[in-house]
Amino acid sequence: MLLIPCPHCGPRAQTEFSYGGDANVARPPAPEDADGGTWVDYLYLRDNAKGGHDELWQHIFGCRRWLRVGRDVVSHEITSCTELAESGA
Amino acid sequence: MSTNGFRLPHGGLPHGRLIDRGREISFTFDGRAYQGYHGDTLASALLANGVRVVGRSFKYHRPRGIYGLGSEEPSALVRLRTGARGEPNIRATQVELYDGLVAHSQNNWPSLRWDISSALGLFARFLPAGFYYKTFMWPGKLWPHYENIIRHMAGMGRSPEGLDPDRYEKRHAQCDVLVIGGGPAGLAAALAAAESGQQVWLADEGAQLGGASQGMRGDEGDEAVRKTIATLESLDNVTLLRRTTVFGKYDGQLYGLVERAGDHLASPAIGRPRQILWQLRTKQAVLASGAIERPLIFANNDRPGVMLTTAALGYLRAYAVRPGRRAVIVTNNDSAYEAVRILREGGVEVAAILDHRHMTEQRALPGTETLYNHAVIDTAGRRGLTSVSIARLDVNGDAVPGSERRINCDLLCLSGGFTPSVHLYSQAGGKLTFREDIQSLVPTSQVPGMTVAGAATGNFIPNTAPPIALGRSRRKQFIDLQNDVTAGDVELAAREGYRSVEHVKRYTTLGMGTDQGKTSNLNGIAVLAAALDKPLADVGLTTYRPPYTPVTIGTLAGRDVGTFLAPTRRTPMQACHEQAGAAFVPAGLWQRPHYYPRPGEAMADAVNREVLAVRQNVGIVDVSTLGRIDLHGPDVAEFLNRIYINGFKTLVVGMCRYGVMLRDDGMIFDDGTVARMAESHYIMTTTTANAGPVMAHLEYYLQVVWPDLRVHLTSITDQWAVVAVAGPRARELLDSLDSDVEFANQALPFMAWRGGHIGGIPAQVFRISFSGELAYEIAVGADHGRALWEMLLAAGEAFDVAPYGTEALTTLRTEKGHFVMGPEADGRATADDIGLAAMLSSKKDFVGRRSLRLPGLLPKGRLNLVGLVPADGTSAIPPGAILLDRAVAGPGMDKAGHVATSVFSPSLDKPIALAMVRNGRQRLDQPLWAHSPLDNRIVPVTITGPIFIDPQGERLRA
Ligand SMILES: [Zn+2]
Repeated sequence: MLLIPCPHCGPRAQTEFSYGGDANVARPPAPEDADGGTWVDYLYLRDNAKGGHDELWQHIFGCRRWLRVGRDVVSHEITSCTELAESGA
Repeated sequence: MSTNGFRLPHGGLPHGRLIDRGREISFTFDGRAYQGYHGDTLASALLANGVRVVGRSFKYHRPRGIYGLGSEEPSALVRLRTGARGEPNIRATQVELYDGLVAHSQNNWPSLRWDISSALGLFARFLPAGFYYKTFMWPGKLWPHYENIIRHMAGMGRSPEGLDPDRYEKRHAQCDVLVIGGGPAGLAAALAAAESGQQVWLADEGAQLGGASQGMRGDEGDEAVRKTIATLESLDNVTLLRRTTVFGKYDGQLYGLVERAGDHLASPAIGRPRQILWQLRTKQAVLASGAIERPLIFANNDRPGVMLTTAALGYLRAYAVRPGRRAVIVTNNDSAYEAVRILREGGVEVAAILDHRHMTEQRALPGTETLYNHAVIDTAGRRGLTSVSIARLDVNGDAVPGSERRINCDLLCLSGGFTPSVHLYSQAGGKLTFREDIQSLVPTSQVPGMTVAGAATGNFIPNTAPPIALGRSRRKQFIDLQNDVTAGDVELAAREGYRSVEHVKRYTTLGMGTDQGKTSNLNGIAVLAAALDKPLADVGLTTYRPPYTPVTIGTLAGRDVGTFLAPTRRTPMQACHEQAGAAFVPAGLWQRPHYYPRPGEAMADAVNREVLAVRQNVGIVDVSTLGRIDLHGPDVAEFLNRIYINGFKTLVVGMCRYGVMLRDDGMIFDDGTVARMAESHYIMTTTTANAGPVMAHLEYYLQVVWPDLRVHLTSITDQWAVVAVAGPRARELLDSLDSDVEFANQALPFMAWRGGHIGGIPAQVFRISFSGELAYEIAVGADHGRALWEMLLAAGEAFDVAPYGTEALTTLRTEKGHFVMGPEADGRATADDIGLAAMLSSKKDFVGRRSLRLPGLLPKGRLNLVGLVPADGTSAIPPGAILLDRAVAGPGMDKAGHVATSVFSPSLDKPIALAMVRNGRQRLDQPLWAHSPLDNRIVPVTITGPIFIDPQGERLRA
């Protein structure tokens, strides 16, 4: 079970968190202007690269903040966990 | 006590360190009474009593004996205890003897001695490698029949006969260093870490620390280990867990440990758990799990009396039990020569030592024949070993014809080298490399947070010769004793084209027993490598997965069983519903009143009465379970406008609005009402089931997508008690209460809300309706919920008010054609599908709007919400039925849609349903056939609009 270092609550077990997908997928700022391909990419298409991922996790049984978590999907090592604003998202 | 001469007398030798001869213990095995000593395992006590056959094997029902000393044991599996505490497949080598212990052998019928399946040779013929895949594939309908036979004859053990009476606990802890294994290496590591001031935990499988070799070292070694243990026990920063297996390594340096706190007793002490599941986070782990001796492979190498050499020495030295009277040792390494000395010291005659290796240097062992270039090629003995056949090996490792001869013995010690116990290291992702000199896979990579120590590294293991070629034998040469997998099975798999070790494992079931192949994996790979003519290193190893040894489900469940399986959420009025005799139905974690039966009423009677009370009179329902979210901030209106499909900017203070929200993929996500409480203060309600997900959804958009919006969210579901008062006489009932709220239509019109007091309680009254009747939802602080409910019941007596439950609620909303999340909006429904296209605002963007233009979401050809009535006006419409265009059901049938909700409508006095039908809105009045595959029923139905009652909505505005 992952140990996620919440910047607000400290290191907490994965069971306190809810996974929220790829943190680098940005919602098109003006959806109505997005062409179909762009919108479908945003909705459904995800890279599943070996190695480091940036992921969204919400600390649902803690501060309830959505956080950006760096995680290696091979080693499951957590490399970072920050507020979204701090990481420039 | 009777020892049959197998228990060594108490004498000058350091034998029997683990037993207390002053404490005799009585136990039974297969109904016969035996005696042992405190400190014995069931295995050592059985050996001391001369019991050699302890079970029958899995597939072939061959007699099996005690083979190992600890958790590596593949064959001495027994059923321990009886009744509800009866547990199958327990390794006799790890069962500590207690007074009154009851154990039974497994896999035999009618008795261990005379097993009929074995006598008939029933299994040998039809259980080749991959028999599951080959034999019983077709016809499928015969599977239950085959399965029954296999289960009866080949099953392992029996389930407990009743609910587990014991308690299990889960505990969480953290430490700096976790040491896995209490042998010399583990103890040394624990001491070093403890002396540097770290918090140290040490776990060992055994009741006593000291490791597998304990009792086998000289006095001096034992003394050093004893001193280390005493030091560790005295330190505050050290926690020693005995009888504790570290069974799994998980992400984030989390280890799973099972402590068998009460298994060494007849039953756990009162108030104490039987086992404890530890979830331990550590910064660093030291894996000092040692190494397990490997058997050798030859024909009939599974007879009782065939044993690992370390096991034979362990029984002799640690338990003072002679595992046999006359032994032969077969080896491919140097460790066996010391074993000869120890066996002889304990009074076991060692007839011969057979060494696979070609040696020039002679080691004189007077009284024991030393035979180099020799191997065992077969064994004999019906219910236990009586002799071995040996042969000389030529330079290729093949038996020299004519060199065969027999040696009488009742004990054959196998010494095939040692396999480091690297399971946890491999679970952690560590890489293994084959080491030729010890013929084993050893850890060679760095695993963050884990250090491997002692024999688990592959060090301290004697040089070992490669396996010799297997003779072509028609007799069984066992690799995996637990699953009865032979060398022939692995070779057959190779001949049939299997190449990957993972596939061979699954095909032959090699190493898939409860012992996880601790003694068989490496030999299996060696046989496969030979069959494929590949170097062993290229064949690779199957993946190690938790658990290291089986963990009983009770331990994993802990106390999360029965009513503790999940927390129960109770509304403030729960006690009132219980007192009223309501029948309850789970709704997520809530237990909601399903209906309130009066004496003599069946469910249908009660539900119909409750529905008619609301339609004709007045009813009250507890709706405190609906999610309630409080929104504050200057941008709430803008936020709601982006979240809901309909506009919220025009919602004024004092009014409510119904809203539907979508996911970004265009599917309906939830619905509810929003009331504007003040200029920048709103309260949103959600469905009961979606209260949590909606909150997370709103937080996602606020924090991730639109962090610039100034909105603050608070979940307030638990802070409010809410009652809906519904029915044509709802206003009359409320008017009769002591209240400063004006309930009249002009003062409080449909979709308005007002604050005030009811019976002195501060209240918010919302004029909203789910039933389609004149209705008010009254919200009071949670502490006042019960008072409000009782007040409404008391005042309602004059109006014959009926409390109603979720079943009446479902019937009411179905009559009214209201969809709900789940049955109708099942995550695949758009607003247009449900008939809400008119709500979709064209003046603004909102979550999910862009998706509505995607080709798959365009209205044509999609399922629409419609109503159904039975063609004959009386037949119930099967819930969940498949809707067909023709009255013919079967493979390839064309689905027109499905029934979502089906009820009997007491208002219309006939069955009705809501359904999702392809292009349904264009098909009104057309016939369909509702097919229920469950009871193979077909009910002709007619499509109608979804609203059965008051389509103009006059009642709710009354
Ligand atoms: Zn947090």
